[in-house]
Amino acid sequence: MTAAEITAPAIELRGLRKSFGRNEVLKGIDLSIAPRQVVCIIGASGSGKSTLLRCVNRLEEPTGGQVLIDGIDITHPDCDLDLVRQNIGMVFQQFNLFPHLTALGNVTLAQRKVLKRSDDDANRVAREMLDRVGLAEKADSYPAQLSGGQQQRVAIARALAMNPEMMLFDEATSALDPELVGDVLDVMRTLASEGMTMLVVTHEMGFARRVADHVVFMDQGVVCEQGRPDDVLGNPQTPRLQQFLEKVLEH
Amino acid sequence: MTDIPVTNDVRLGEGDLPELYRSGRAKQARARRNRILSYIAGLLVLAFIVAIGDWSKIQRLYLDPDKARSLFPDIITIAAKNTVIYTLAAFLGGVAIGLLMAIMKMSSLRPYRWFAVTYIEIFRGLPALLTITLVGFVTPTALGVKFPEILGVPTAGIIALSLVAGAYLAETIRAGIQGVPPGQVEAARSLGMTPNQTLRIVVIPQAFRLVIPPLTNEMVLLLKDTALLSALGTTTATVELTKFGRDAFSKDFNGTPFIVAGVIYLMLTIPLTYVVGRLEKRNMRTR
Ligand SMILES: Nc1ncnc2c1ncn2[C@@H]1O[C@H](COP(=O)(O)OP(=O)(O)OP(=O)(O)O)[C@@H](O)[C@H]1O
Ligand SMILES: [Mg+2]
Repeated sequence: MTAAEITAPAIELRGLRKSFGRNEVLKGIDLSIAPRQVVCIIGASGSGKSTLLRCVNRLEEPTGGQVLIDGIDITHPDCDLDLVRQNIGMVFQQFNLFPHLTALGNVTLAQRKVLKRSDDDANRVAREMLDRVGLAEKADSYPAQLSGGQQQRVAIARALAMNPEMMLFDEATSALDPELVGDVLDVMRTLASEGMTMLVVTHEMGFARRVADHVVFMDQGVVCEQGRPDDVLGNPQTPRLQQFLEKVLEH
Repeated sequence: MTDIPVTNDVRLGEGDLPELYRSGRAKQARARRNRILSYIAGLLVLAFIVAIGDWSKIQRLYLDPDKARSLFPDIITIAAKNTVIYTLAAFLGGVAIGLLMAIMKMSSLRPYRWFAVTYIEIFRGLPALLTITLVGFVTPTALGVKFPEILGVPTAGIIALSLVAGAYLAETIRAGIQGVPPGQVEAARSLGMTPNQTLRIVVIPQAFRLVIPPLTNEMVLLLKDTALLSALGTTTATVELTKFGRDAFSKDFNGTPFIVAGVIYLMLTIPLTYVVGRLEKRNMRTR
């Protein structure tokens, strides 16, 4: 391993830009996330948080700038995106479980088809991961038979089963009933304490304050303020962030 | 306690009724009157038909038991059997063409898209009878080819019906594939699946469940369209239900064969439409 690889950030964005037609949603974002670091992104609806996250594994094609994963530019045309994505787990607001497969089937599918693990190995890993998110006994249930919180935890298990080096969470708890949010946040907190590199878009200020190493406030496609959670959330410098926090805390 | 009005007491006089109840009762009375008027209108029409119809003649011409008996067993063992075989053959051909056209229409290569669009527009826009005639009579003359009969099935007509069904099914299948939520594709891609793997193991299995009802509907339409195949001429071995009925009718101009053929069609189509209904309900539940 070269010195550059040892010290390289897990995720680094350099001047990242994204436009949808004439609408420029990301206006040059610079951001660096060290291995084992947990970074939370907060910001108003439409500020570009999801778009940023989706550019990190190129579900969205950046229109400018660079995305570096472990020091390697994945916007390079020669880059094998399927290989990159195996290494980056993603959890969606709407879970996106495969409805025609059981929980176990959801967690084993990509292991078998992408990592080419044997059925036995895939099943063993899947049961281990379902156990980790507290759903060992739901292995044979279909998504429609699970609560939102349970579905989201299966989705986390599905991502973890690929042994990713880092995880992206896009408002993982926003579609859940309030009493189900806690279970999912607990899983995420445990994951963070185990040293997973995490980039988390969230509206849960409590989670950001307690779990994040670093908080980023986005506004209209730029990083408006960033720093340690206590500083950003407790002592906002810009009027934008002050307004945003006031609004969030009203709820 | 005593000053709470007992508003659900039906024995209350009109004058004591709250406005909500008075208005509700008036509406119910209107609905009852409309219902009675509808029944009376229906009965009048029925009485009129009964009065003007010559029932003994109708029975003689359309419901003659001896004539009906004489149709069996050929109407089942030849005609109905052929109708079913033609339907299944054209359906398989149609699904194959439809799947191909659906994938071509979603292709990133423009010429493929154009071809699929042109194909679909042509064969949906032409009357099926014209397509059958073109394929059956004009193509052999123009190209100097002769369509063979395979296992006693007149292939020209089947090919024509497949072409028409394929055009309709292409749109159905494409709608099914595009009806799978984009989040499914994103989840699959985020796990490192290739576009091909995603289509094969995530999208198509879900699309298939979505298109089973419209696919079954298309089969019902095809079943009825096999009646058009007789335009290409038939033999006693290749005759299907409608032509069989017409041939039997032309012997003595007794209409009973049409009634029997009609009943057989319904015995084939009604179970299919019933299945569609059940499937649609099940699909609604799982989503
Ligand atoms: N596929 C798309 N096509 C066109 N515009 C898009 C697309 N995706 C996002 N946008 C636009 O980009 C802007 C930012 O969207 P984005 O989803 O990143 O915001 P967000 O910060 O995640 O908001 P929210 O909190 O509501 O999820 C919005 O104005 C949105 O309309
Ligand atoms: Mg979002």
